[in-house]
Formats: sequence, structure tokens, C-alpha cells
Amino acid sequence: MADVAYLPGLPRMLPALLPADDNSSPWRFPQYFADHFSEVMGWLWAHTWLSVVPVIAGLIIALPIGWLASRHKWAYPPMMTVSGLLYTIPSIALFVLVPPLLGLDPLSPLQVPIALTVYSVALLVRVVADGLGSVSEETLQAATAIGYTPVGRFFTVELPIAVPVITAGLRVAVVANVSIVAVAGTIGMVNLGLLFDQGFKLSTDTPYYPPIVLGLLLCVLLALVLDLLVILLGRMLTPWRKAVRS
Amino acid sequence: MIRFDHVTKRYPDGTVAVDGLTLEAPTGRITVFVGPSGCGKTTSLRMVNRMIEPTSGTITIDDRDVTSLPPHELRRTIGYVIQHAGLFPHRTVIDNVATVPFLLGTDKKQARARAAELLERVGLPAHFARRYPAQLSGGQQQRVGVARALAADPPVMLMDEPFSAVDPVVREQLQDQFLQLQEELGKTIVFVTHDIDEAIKLGDQIAVMAVGGHLAQLSSPADLLARPIDAFVAGFVGRDRGYRALGFARGAALPTTPEPTVRFGERVPPGGLEEWTLVVDDTDQPQGWLRSGPSGSPPGSPIDDAALFRGGTLATQGGSLRAALDACLSSPSGRGVVVDGDGRLEGTVHLDAVTDLIASRERAEVTGGADG
Repeated sequence: MADVAYLPGLPRMLPALLPADDNSSPWRFPQYFADHFSEVMGWLWAHTWLSVVPVIAGLIIALPIGWLASRHKWAYPPMMTVSGLLYTIPSIALFVLVPPLLGLDPLSPLQVPIALTVYSVALLVRVVADGLGSVSEETLQAATAIGYTPVGRFFTVELPIAVPVITAGLRVAVVANVSIVAVAGTIGMVNLGLLFDQGFKLSTDTPYYPPIVLGLLLCVLLALVLDLLVILLGRMLTPWRKAVRS
Repeated sequence: MIRFDHVTKRYPDGTVAVDGLTLEAPTGRITVFVGPSGCGKTTSLRMVNRMIEPTSGTITIDDRDVTSLPPHELRRTIGYVIQHAGLFPHRTVIDNVATVPFLLGTDKKQARARAAELLERVGLPAHFARRYPAQLSGGQQQRVGVARALAADPPVMLMDEPFSAVDPVVREQLQDQFLQLQEELGKTIVFVTHDIDEAIKLGDQIAVMAVGGHLAQLSSPADLLARPIDAFVAGFVGRDRGYRALGFARGAALPTTPEPTVRFGERVPPGGLEEWTLVVDDTDQPQGWLRSGPSGSPPGSPIDDAALFRGGTLATQGGSLRAALDACLSSPSGRGVVVDGDGRLEGTVHLDAVTDLIASRERAEVTGGADG
């Protein structure tokens, strides 16, 4: 309890956090969930797709770029700078910028997945380049000398060996996307972010917690589940790492 | 036969890695490229399988220009072994070995069966097949590397410092096994090393290369030791050339005399022993020397590990004069221990007898030339 003393605001907030009868209590989120079940499940589903698909698209785009960066030493530093800068663009700005840049309708349902794909590419280019860079020179040389074509070598030697590094990056990208997708809720896109929007709208005189807490919980749960799936996928693709660890 | 015909590799910055190399690597033999770093030995090797393209000149394998095939097809017909093996960490040992047959479209089951056979041939137990490279020691990985190079039964093998990264004891095992394997397989091999001792041990023919990428001398190992062509080769071949040349000298049979022995595990007899007595085990294999008398083991004391001097080396009857000489020089009794092909004691030989053999050998060499 010693830590509590360092949080001067907490004692004042405690009554609000404790179970109460009024509907705005944070602990009323199950009630809120039950009341809006089908609607929230729809948002959760949309949120899941928006988190996953751009990462897959991002990986497909990042593969050739990362390959270039790992292949040509001169290309690595500028590519890393550019991809780092891309990531600093605030998501809300990117959501708004994507339609005019690509000539889309301002309320196109594609603007969010496209923006998220941009973020995923920004994250994954480095990961792909580093993953491919982790393949030892001897292995590359042996693969070529043994008679692999360049394409064959990439898909059957380099890429499989880069999987552990790439899945580490995919975990970050997926989890980051779960949080960025929520931001898109505030510009009206259908996903768990709408729960926060609702919460704010309903907080007129006093804060209205249930949808906010529910949104937080579902986002965290979704992030955990997706993270776990990526870990499992990575393990499935790399039986050789497990054998070496044991 | 691999033929280099006026092969030159010049890089855009003007550096000449290989300068007008012309030589033949005969079929079924081991040709070793040896030289200091920067002499172009690895570059020469890699031009054979087109990992590097020559600036001018041609390379042919059995009279066929290597540029007549697409590189990846050419490479599938050439075994390749490198330092650190370069195994694929994500594939099991057996699939590493079967890589080239897989690439050639051989049936998987058949390719794995052949790979298993090869693993056994390079001295790896069958249960290693399902392991991954990271679970193997450096020496074991190198064996897998050799098996992988042999999997598609290529007539030609290129080996780039394959045994350089392992410790000396393992290196020697790998070299011996490699020679044994080559005896059975008779591949046309080009082998690169910076280690002149390895070159002398393994090569049927040695190409000493000098910085700037030109061939300084091409000859048999014995010839190289006996007659270095210039100061560079003499310096590179190094010290103790006369002694090392004895490694190739097979003299007449070593004149051995019977040696009294005691058995390992028994006790020194009450009457004592000669100052130095040879100890053998139950199968007559020499174990070491036992010292008796005032400064050694007294009568009645056990003949065990603690009492033995194991400093002496063994010479094999029919082996090299170098081993015979070393057996004499390293023996505390001054008598060199000679064993037969099965490692059983044959007798001992005196230094004088060995030097006599060496002297008669020297005369033969000056008049008759060296053999390989």
C-alpha cells in the first residue's frame, strides 16, 4: 500500500472506482457489454481484421524493400531513416492525408487499412532487412555454390532463416496496429475505437466509464491473442530453433 | 581434369587477384592451392564454379568450358566445401546432405537414403540424421559439409579451407578420413589452404601461389620440400624441410630387435628391471616406458598409469622414416618402438639404424629424384 501514498489523486478517485450503483461506474462494463453485445462483437471483428490484414500486406511490401536494404549496404541507412520517419507521422494525420494523396473519397473505407499498411511497412522493412542480414555469409555462399538460383535461395534458405527475426517484428507491428486502429474509431471508422468515442460522448457532467473500460479490455485482450498467434506461427515455422534450445 | 588456361582476374580498381594462371588438376587427384593471404588461391578456386568470373582466360572441366552451362546447373555438378561448413541451420542434418539431390529433383526418399549412407561414410552415427546443425560440434558440422558436397556424386570437388576452423586434433582426424574417403572415391579435387603442412599431407600435387596471383611452383609434395624453386617458395615451405620431407620417405624395412616387456597392471618383479622397460597391454600394444632403479619404481610397486612415461611416439613398420626417427628421438630409453599395422609391438629400432636408412635414402633421392 506504500505506493498508494505517492499517488495523491488516488484517494479522491477511489470512491469512483469502487462498485457503485450508478450506471457510470467502471465496473458496469459487463452490463454495457451485455446490452450492446452484437454491436460490440461486430466492432471487435472489424478491429481484428484491421489489425491483421495491413500487417500481412505490409510484410509483402516490406519483403522486397528489406531484401534490397540487406543486399546493398548503401541502401540500408537511407531506407531505415525513411521508414523511421514514416512512423513518426501521427496516425490521425495519416488517416486524413491518405485519401487526397491517393485520390480516394475522403470517407473511403480503405484509408485506414492503407495508413496502417504504411506503418507496418515502416516497421517491417528494418525487421526484414535485419532478419535477412542475420543469415551467415557461409550459409549464403554455400547455398549459391551448391546450385541454388537467386530466387530459390531467397525463398528456401534466406527467408526461412530470417523467420525468427521477422516474427519478432510482426509481434510489434500487430500489437501497435491494435492501438492505432482504435484511433481510427474517433474519425468514425467502425471498430473498438467507437467504444471510446461513445464513452466520451456520454461523459457529459460526470465521466461515463463502462464503454471506455470495455474498449480498453477488449483491445488488450485482442493484442494478447494476436501476439500469441504470431508467436505460435513463428514456432511452427522454426522447429529447428526449438531443437537447438533443448 | 580441370584445366586453367591463362586465367586472369583483374578487379575494376586495378588489383590483380590471379595473374595468367595455367595449370591442370588431374582427374582423380587432389591438387592443393597454397599460399599466403592475397595470393589468389580462393579466387582461383571460385572461378571454377563461377562464383567469380575471370577477366580473361578459360577454365575447362573435362574439356568442357565452364561457361557453357548456366552457373546454377554447373554448380550442381561440383561438390563444394567451405570453412565453417556453411550448413543450413533450418534443416536437419540429413536434409542438408540431400540438398543437391533435392535440387536435381531426385525422389525425396531416395535422396535421404543416399544421404544416410553418406553420413555413415563420413563417420557420423545414424542418429545424427534428425539433428539440426547447431546441435553439432564444429568437426561434426564439417563432416556433414563433406557429405553434402558428395551427395550428388559429383566428379569434381572444390574445397576452400575446409578444415581450418577446427582444433588441431579434430583437423587431423578429418584430414585422415578425407584421404581415406578419397582413396575410395577418386574425385578430382581442388583444395585451398594457407597451411603448408596440410598441403603437403593431402596434396598429390601442390600449387604454391605468390602474392599478385601468380603460380610460383607446381610440383609433388616431396619435390616441393626437396627442391623449392626460389627464395619465396623456400621461405613459404618453411623450416624443417629436410625433416618434414622424411614424412614421404619410405625406407627399407626397419631393422627391429626384440624388446623385453612387462604387462600393464602387474607389479615390478622382486629382482628389479632394466632402467627403462617397455610396458604393453594384454594385446601387446605398447603403453609406455617404466623406469626402475634408484630414481624409478622400486620392486613390488604397481605398474600403472602413474608409473608410466608416455612421451615416446610409435613408428609403424612400413610407415615413414619421419615417424621412425621421431620414435627414436622421443623414446626415453633411446630405443624407438615399432609396431605392426594392428598396433602390436614388433620390436625396437636404434637411432643409428634409422639414420643409416635416411642416409641411403638421401643418396637415392639426389640421383634418382623423388617419388610422391
